[in-house]
Amino acid sequence: PSVSQVQRGLEKLTPTQVDQKTAEVVQYILMKDQKKIPVRRADLVKHVVKEYRNVYAEIIKRASTTFEQVFGLKLLEIDPKNHLYILVNNLDEPAPTAAPLVCPTNPKMGLLFVILSVIFMKGGMRGSGVRETLIWNTLRKLRVDPGQKHEEFGDVKKLVTEEFVRQKYLEYVRIPHTEPLEYEIRWGPRADVEVSKAKILEFMGQLYEQQPQSWTQQYREAHSTHSPTQPRGQK
Amino acid sequence: ENVFVAMAQHLGDSHRRFLQKMMVSGIIDDKKAKALHQICCETHKTQYAPDKLDEFIETINSKLQPLFMQIRKGMSEENGQQFYALVNTAETEITRMSSEYADNELELFRKTMDLIVSSENGTASSTDILNSADMMITKKLKKSETEHLLTRLVSDKWLCEKRGEYTLSTRCIIEMEPYIRAMYQDQVKMCYICHSVAFQCQICDNPSCGIKIHSPCVARYFKGRTEPHCPSCDDFWPHEIPEVRGLHSQSKR
Ligand SMILES: [Mg+2]
Ligand SMILES: [Mg+2]
Ligand SMILES: [Zn+2]
Ligand SMILES: [Zn+2]
Repeated sequence: PSVSQVQRGLEKLTPTQVDQKTAEVVQYILMKDQKKIPVRRADLVKHVVKEYRNVYAEIIKRASTTFEQVFGLKLLEIDPKNHLYILVNNLDEPAPTAAPLVCPTNPKMGLLFVILSVIFMKGGMRGSGVRETLIWNTLRKLRVDPGQKHEEFGDVKKLVTEEFVRQKYLEYVRIPHTEPLEYEIRWGPRADVEVSKAKILEFMGQLYEQQPQSWTQQYREAHSTHSPTQPRGQK
Repeated sequence: ENVFVAMAQHLGDSHRRFLQKMMVSGIIDDKKAKALHQICCETHKTQYAPDKLDEFIETINSKLQPLFMQIRKGMSEENGQQFYALVNTAETEITRMSSEYADNELELFRKTMDLIVSSENGTASSTDILNSADMMITKKLKKSETEHLLTRLVSDKWLCEKRGEYTLSTRCIIEMEPYIRAMYQDQVKMCYICHSVAFQCQICDNPSCGIKIHSPCVARYFKGRTEPHCPSCDDFWPHEIPEVRGLHSQSKR
């Protein structure tokens, strides 16, 4: 439909009707995007837009604006022929601090990267972590003994459970109902924001000579929509 | 009044980043939320006020409201910790689940909810759930399918499981509270102290009273009182008074 046809279609609808339909479209796209499924325009029209198809252009325009203004996401048409849409992050990335972690040159950051990798690979995602003993055992295998003073890291246990925790890269959390007390180590919110899980998988892939995709669950998590540190198609 | 200040507040990239993280996690505890608030503000070089998290979230909510979404605060019935969950506020029943689960799976979830709501302590055993699966109207689920579904409901954070006993997750209670109140008006009780729905809780023994109080609310209410009495009927409160968990029972430092 032409611009004037859309305009005429809109005149027949109340603003509430248009808003409601826009909200449904936004929810539908968010839901598909969470599963990394590109949205086909034909499906969108068939399942959501329905009898509002004559004002589709206006509704998708409003949905786009909502994604940018409320969610910091950009609705991109990745396939103009088949009209496929995806969402990409539209926020500025916190690049400076992320750089040393993506390619650690500072040994402390290297150590942190290893710890985050262990937590990520052992499935401690989304708020859960791994028992601290697992971390200490892994480090011992890399000849870093948390019980001894390390020439590079000093008191390793202190570095991990205090310094990295203070910097919000890690969380050191008591496991309830354990006797004697046990602690687990989790990703901290700064790691969530700054560290790319896709990069960790790449690194693990090189280490174990496997395709990153072979860790299905981690791959899905690493490429889930909103991890803001993944390079996105916004450039 | 804060709400209006918040509504007038400008939504910036720090808010948007916070919302993006909420979309990934679904639910986060208050400690994580505070840290995330700080980091989002720092990342986008906006003013950070540590005590203004709720206003910060209210600003986001003012933009989410027309989209039938909301970041809602609630308490874990188990340890009293506060959580923030991104929820769907559309009126339709079990909205977000209906796109993820088949009709018969939703029926089983509803049956599980029925069991939990009608129980005294807010739990349903796997045996009872499996039995109720035998009485389904929609396409029946095999035993293995039911077990698999329960695992899925736990990993999607709708249910929690401990030694074969299922409870509603904190996220589920936060999201579905309005639905639960509407659906189970006659059965569901509110906590006498915090006025939210109460599942895992203590109950006053006095049959003409029978108020419910969440365990963490019991702990806070009776803290320091020598003779615990029911805040409603003044009868002796016969249950064990749990200890108040430290705000960060977990934090070491
Ligand atoms: Mg996260
Ligand atoms: Mg995204
Ligand atoms: Zn309560
Ligand atoms: Zn009483």
